[in-house]
Amino acid sequence: MSEPQSGAPARRGLSPGAVTAALVTPAYLWLTVAIFLPLVAMLVFSFLTAAPFGNRAVEFTGAHYLVFYNRPYLVEVALRSLALGAWTTGICALIGLPAALALSRAFRGRTREVLFFLVILPFWTNGLVRVFSWTMVLRENGILDDIVRAFWADAPSIGILYSYPAIVVGLVHAYLPYMILTCYLSVVAIDDEILEAARSLGARAPVVFGKIVLPLAAPGLIAGSVLIFVPVIGSFMEPRILGGTAGVTIGTVIEDQFTQAFNWPLGSALSFIMLAVVLVVFAVFSRALRGRLTLS
Amino acid sequence: MAAVDAETIGKSYGATAVLDDVSLRFEDGRFTSLLGPSGSGKTTLLRIVAGFVTADRGRILIGGEDVTSVPVWKRAIGMVFQSYALFPHMSVDDNVAFGLARRGVRGAEASRRVGEALEMVRLSGFGARRPKELSGGQQQRVALARAIVTRPRVLLLDEPLSALDRRLRQEMQVELKRIQREVGITTIFVTHDQEEALALSDHVAILDRGRIVQAGPPGEIYERPATRFAASFLGDANFLEGVVAEGGVIVGGVLVRTDDPLPAPGTKALLAVRPEKIALVPAWGAAPAGHNAVPATVRQVVYAGAASTYLLDGPGGVALTVFAQNRTGGPVAEAGATVTLAFPPKQTILIKD
Repeated sequence: MSEPQSGAPARRGLSPGAVTAALVTPAYLWLTVAIFLPLVAMLVFSFLTAAPFGNRAVEFTGAHYLVFYNRPYLVEVALRSLALGAWTTGICALIGLPAALALSRAFRGRTREVLFFLVILPFWTNGLVRVFSWTMVLRENGILDDIVRAFWADAPSIGILYSYPAIVVGLVHAYLPYMILTCYLSVVAIDDEILEAARSLGARAPVVFGKIVLPLAAPGLIAGSVLIFVPVIGSFMEPRILGGTAGVTIGTVIEDQFTQAFNWPLGSALSFIMLAVVLVVFAVFSRALRGRLTLS
Repeated sequence: MAAVDAETIGKSYGATAVLDDVSLRFEDGRFTSLLGPSGSGKTTLLRIVAGFVTADRGRILIGGEDVTSVPVWKRAIGMVFQSYALFPHMSVDDNVAFGLARRGVRGAEASRRVGEALEMVRLSGFGARRPKELSGGQQQRVALARAIVTRPRVLLLDEPLSALDRRLRQEMQVELKRIQREVGITTIFVTHDQEEALALSDHVAILDRGRIVQAGPPGEIYERPATRFAASFLGDANFLEGVVAEGGVIVGGVLVRTDDPLPAPGTKALLAVRPEKIALVPAWGAAPAGHNAVPATVRQVVYAGAASTYLLDGPGGVALTVFAQNRTGGPVAEAGATVTLAFPPKQTILIKD
C-alpha cells in the first residue's frame, strides 16, 4: 500500500453517484410499478364519469370530489370512521403502554421472550380467521356467554356481535401489537436510575409516571398511534364482519363502490379524500414527533 | 442535616447474604465512604439507606427518626447516581427544580434556589440547556445541584465519579469536597476506588462480603489496619506470617518485633508493614538501633524516576515490596543483591488474617 487509505475508497471506473444510483434504482422501480402507477391510475379514474371498461362514453368531471356535499350521510359515516380510529387508538394506548412497561420492567429472559411471542402472534394470523373467530366469541350464546354462564347460570347474554363495540374489539386485537412494540422501544430505553432519581427527589408513583415515564414514552405512543389510526379509519373487514348494520364505515363504502356498485370513479375519489385526511394526520403528528424524537 | 444510623442491617438474595448484621453510624455533617470491592454489599447498604431496597433485618434512622418503613419519596434524601440519571426531556433548570416542586416550592422562590444551586456547582448560565448538550462532568454537577437544592438531610453518592476520566475525576473530587463542606451535609459515598476514599472522606468504612471489616478516619485505617483485607485493600502492604516467641514473631527464622501486644508464645501471628515504612540498608551497612532488621534478596527493581519499587524475597521466601525515594541518584541496590530491611517495631502492625 503506497497510498494512504481514504475514508471512501474509490471503486474502479464507477463514480460514487453511479453506485448510489445502481443501488437505489431497483427500489424506486418497484415503488413506481407497485404504488405510483396504480395511484396515478386511480387519480385519473376519480376524475372520470364512469369506469373506462364498458362501451359508454367517458368524460372528465370533478363531481366525485363533491360527494360529501352531494351525499350528506357520508359525512356522518366519515366522522364515525374517525371516531372508530380514535377509540381504537385510545384503547390500544391504554392497554399498550402498561403492557410495554410490564414487558420491559417486570419480566426478564425466557418469560419476556414468550410474552413477546404472544404479543406478535396476531401478526401471523390470517386476518379473516382472526375476525371470524371473534364472531364465535362475541355472538349471543357464544364463547363469551358460555364462560360467563359457567359461573352464573342465568346470566343474560352479553354478546355484542354486530355492534360498534364489537368492531372496536376486533380492531384493538388486530392493531394492539403495533402499540406495544413502539411503546416498548421507548420505555425500554428509560434507565432505572432516572426513575429512582425522581423518587429520591420526592416524587410518588403517579408523579413519576406523569412527569417522567409518560413524556419519555411519548415518541412510542405517537408512532404507535399513527400506525394504528391511519389503517383503522380505512378498515372495512372488521366493520363488515363484526359490525353488521352498525358497520358502515368509509372503508366499507369505498369497498362497495369497487365491488358492488361498480362505481370506480367515486371509490377512487373517496380514497383520495381519505388519503388527504391521512396525510394531514401525518403532517400534524410528524411535527410533534420531530420535537419529541430529538430528545432521545 | 442529620446523623444516619444503620442498625444490625441484614439482607439476603436467596441463599446469598449480601449484608450480614451491619451496624454503622454516619455522623452529622461528616463525609463517610463505604469502600469495598464489587459484591461487598456497599451499594446495597446505600440503597437500603435511600429506601430503594428493604432490609430483611435491622433499622435505618435518619436524625434519630426510624425511617425503615418510610418510602423513598418521603425520606428527604439527595442522591447522585453513577449514570447521572438526569431527566433527558427537561432543561437543566427543570431538572434542578423537580425536587423543589415536589416539596411545594415553585415560582420565584424556586428559580432563586435553582440559581443558587447552579452557582454552587459553577454552572450559572447553563439553565436553559438540555442534559445531552453538556459534558459528562457538567452533567454530574447538575445531578449534584439537583440533589442538594432541596436541602436533604443526607446526601447519597453512588460511585458518582467512576464514569469520568481521570483528570476530570480529580477535579470533581475537589469540587465535591468543597461543596460538601459549604453545605455541611451528612454524606455517604460509595466507591471501590481507595484513592478517592482517602482523598475525600472524614471517615471510611471498609466492607468485605457483607461485613464491615474496619471503620475509622482514613489515616487511622491506613496506619493501623485491623485485618489482612483492610491492609491490602487500602494501600499496599507486606505480610509476615510467623509464630509468636518472646519479644516478637519468628518469621522464617528471623525475630520481628512489634509494639502491639502479642498473644501467647507458640501461637501463629500475622504482621503487616507498609512498603514505604521500610528502609533498604545495603549489605555493608547496619540497621538503625531498635529497628527490625530482616535480610532479603532483591529480585527486581522498578525505577520510576522519583522513587523505585523493590521486589524482594524475604526470610522463608516471602515476597516483599519496598518503596524508596531515589535520593542518592539511582537505586540503592541492584537485582540479586543481598540487603537488610530496616523498619521500626511501631510500624509493624499485628493484624487478623
